[in-house]
Amino acid sequence: MRWAATIVLLFACAGMAAAQDKVDSCVTCHSALTDQLGAPVAGMPNDVHSKHGFSCADCHGGDPTIMDLTAMAPETGFRGKPKRRDIPDLCGRCHSDAEFMRRYNPGLPTNQRERYWTSVHGKRLAAGDEKVATCISCHGVHGIISGHQADSPVYRANVPSTCGHCHSDAAYMAEYKIPTTQETQYRTSVHGVLLLEKRDLGAPTCATCHDNHGASPPGTSSIAEVCGQCHVNNATFFIASPHKTAFDRLNLPECVTCHGNHGVQRTSDAMLGVGDGALCGTCHTSDSKGYREATAMRQTIDRLKGDIEHAESQLERAEQLGMEVSDTRYEFRNARALLIQARTGVHHFSATAVDEVAKPGFELAQRTGTVARAALAEAYARRRNLIFPLAIIAVVMILLAIKLRRIERAPPRANE
Amino acid sequence: MSRSKLDQAPGFVGWLDARLGFSAALDFLRHKPVPHHRSSVWYYFGGVSLFLFSVQVTTGLLLLIYYKPTPDAAFESVRFIMAQVPFGWLIRSLHSWSANLMVLSAFVHMFSVYFMKAYRPPRELTWMTGMGLLGLTLAFGFSGYLLPWNELALFATKVGTDIVGSVPGIGHTLLRYVRGGEDVGGATLTRFFGWHVALLPAVFSGLLGVHLLLVQRLGMSEPLAIKTAPRTIPFFPGFIIRDAILWLGVLGVLLALCTFLPWELGMKADPFAPAPAGIRPEWYFTFLSQSLKYIPSRVLGIEGEIVGITASGLGGLFFLLVPFLDRRAARGQSSPIFTAIGIGVLLYMATMTTLAYVKPY
Amino acid sequence: MASATEPDEISRRSLLDLLLSGSLLSFAAAVIYPVWRYITPPPVSESATSSVVAAKVSDLARNTGKVFRFGSRPGILIRTAGGEWRALSAVCTHLQCTVQYRPDLEQIWCACHNGHFDLSGKNVSGPPPRPLDQYEVTVKGDDVVVSLKA
Repeated sequence: MRWAATIVLLFACAGMAAAQDKVDSCVTCHSALTDQLGAPVAGMPNDVHSKHGFSCADCHGGDPTIMDLTAMAPETGFRGKPKRRDIPDLCGRCHSDAEFMRRYNPGLPTNQRERYWTSVHGKRLAAGDEKVATCISCHGVHGIISGHQADSPVYRANVPSTCGHCHSDAAYMAEYKIPTTQETQYRTSVHGVLLLEKRDLGAPTCATCHDNHGASPPGTSSIAEVCGQCHVNNATFFIASPHKTAFDRLNLPECVTCHGNHGVQRTSDAMLGVGDGALCGTCHTSDSKGYREATAMRQTIDRLKGDIEHAESQLERAEQLGMEVSDTRYEFRNARALLIQARTGVHHFSATAVDEVAKPGFELAQRTGTVARAALAEAYARRRNLIFPLAIIAVVMILLAIKLRRIERAPPRANE
Repeated sequence: MSRSKLDQAPGFVGWLDARLGFSAALDFLRHKPVPHHRSSVWYYFGGVSLFLFSVQVTTGLLLLIYYKPTPDAAFESVRFIMAQVPFGWLIRSLHSWSANLMVLSAFVHMFSVYFMKAYRPPRELTWMTGMGLLGLTLAFGFSGYLLPWNELALFATKVGTDIVGSVPGIGHTLLRYVRGGEDVGGATLTRFFGWHVALLPAVFSGLLGVHLLLVQRLGMSEPLAIKTAPRTIPFFPGFIIRDAILWLGVLGVLLALCTFLPWELGMKADPFAPAPAGIRPEWYFTFLSQSLKYIPSRVLGIEGEIVGITASGLGGLFFLLVPFLDRRAARGQSSPIFTAIGIGVLLYMATMTTLAYVKPY
Repeated sequence: MASATEPDEISRRSLLDLLLSGSLLSFAAAVIYPVWRYITPPPVSESATSSVVAAKVSDLARNTGKVFRFGSRPGILIRTAGGEWRALSAVCTHLQCTVQYRPDLEQIWCACHNGHFDLSGKNVSGPPPRPLDQYEVTVKGDDVVVSLKA
């Protein structure tokens, strides 16, 4: 029955094709079909390949000039639907050919296939696992648009949900025994909120830390380097600190050990030190040098924060009272930055280093506090001193009133 | 002619008097009666306005010593006055507060004269010079507001001068004359400065002289409601001493305001930055700007702004010419219609001003 | 004619007049004192005529930079290795940290998230999405004057 319908359609196609200029039997026939045989045609008008003049046959083989089923005969080189294992090579046929790609988009890299085979996805695909991601899993297949466009699945802001398509699917990922909470965690993380809510495209996505085509977790001993792509000073200090060798020896994941990875939150001073909720005490016992350093560092940071907040509130109060302190306010702008600098300095994991880094902050807080307190004193003095002119005015008013009464009580002089 | 105490004044005062003849003026003032009745408290607002004007002149002259009228330096010079010059904070705050109190006092004075129908003959000229003085006071306020060259002032001036540009026909030319160019910039600042410290004071003083002369010559008008001859007090020393006591009180209030609510400076004007949210002109112009918000963009085919300007212009003209329009008061009869109009206008202005602060958007 | 000639009447009147004169004198002094202090030239005798003298020519060697105040925001003044002057906004276009000059890179750098800008302010690497605003630099004698670009 199905064959009968197909033959009828074929005649219809032939008819339709006869009415067209450019003969493309793939599109003509498949656009009349339904379900998965017709779906590929729907996306093609916007597809970047078809815009550059490529046809179905350029990937699938076959002869689009033949208006019947022989268009798909083996002699035409028809490949049909490629096996999953062959997809990277099929795409790579063009995309890894620099000479070829130069004719269409000279700026596009051509090493994707090479990197893919080094990825976890690539290695597993080579070993026969058909469930892993291939080119078409992320880029789409019929209807591929540039990754710079906002509705592309590989547009920066869409990357987490594209990766999450598989990686958040617990049933799909069951056999791999890795967590499927990454996307959920990422969405709550500082980076996730920046990317997905604040639309800061400078924020890292999955691909930033894991690579896209060569997707793999970075080794535990290179985590600091990866985070250090943006967090330069934290990474530099950490790598030079005793923690680097210690963590690598214990196979601890460097930055991730304290900060987490996918769900990384805004840091807080509560993480530093040995008290409740602080992290240093989880490794350093109370008789260790590390314990003492941690305690000292925490004290310095707390003191700096307190000094800055105190100076800030005094400055604000002076401003509220109408005092002119804009020069100091401008200088004080730096306070936040100096506090961040001090907190970054914690990654030296040395109390003396932190004291050194925190010095400018303490000095600024002190200078600001001095100016603010002087302004406040002046403001209060003005209010207190107001009593003097007001008193004089009051006395003059009263005496004038008495004088007036005198003048008006006195009987008029006869000659007036 | 009675002999005043000054005839017996020793040497120098007598010598001056023989040449300047001010004892005659003093005699006149001694005998000039000021009616003393239930509504005579309103008589004082003219004097309060005058006192506040003198505060403005004094503090203005002092500010002139340190102020620099260019975009590069104006803001910094005001900040210098507030932060570095001894008592500069006080002089500056006094100037700003007194300006606002003067506008308020002038309006109270105008409305009290209106409701007492004191504009009726023979005081038509007094009324008209007074309206001129009110207009000049507003011009002082508008031009002076720009001088610190801060953000709020720049945008308030832009909006205010934009409205000038909507006058049909001559609007654009007028705007260029007011701004000293197409945009509000350094040229506007120097122009406003020249008006504020030289032109307006000169014209104001001239009109003020005429106004005071007329008040002294014609005496105080009594409200129509008062039928019997009221008690009077002599202008000198009775009324003047009362004036002085009141003025001292006003000075005390000013000092307290400057100490507890010092005038802000804000941020320096940046012509390239976008307008901050919620700009509006000084409070005494807000009833106009708020009214403009409610006028639809086209009324009977005419642009809304033009309708607004025309309406305000007509309103002003009505007030200016009211001595000639109010025939009943001229005849000495009560004129409730004009009282009602006055109440209506007052309520309108009060409502619009309140709305500008309560519902600015 | 009734005249106020009783001795204590006169002395009460004189006392009142005395007190009144005294208080008026105090009032005059209370007005004159602040005015006198005001018109006396203060130690710093005038306001900074311009908020934009960023530095003296002698302040900066080649291939160095300096953050200065430009209105209410920081600006960065750079003397390039070739001796040219550049001035730009020092507010990073990513998350508003204050940038610095890196002589080793001959670039402007933001320490917060490793953003790099070239010497014309173009964002060349890292998260910053937009270039830094450029300012106009003029050298007047020994002063390096920075102003907004016309």
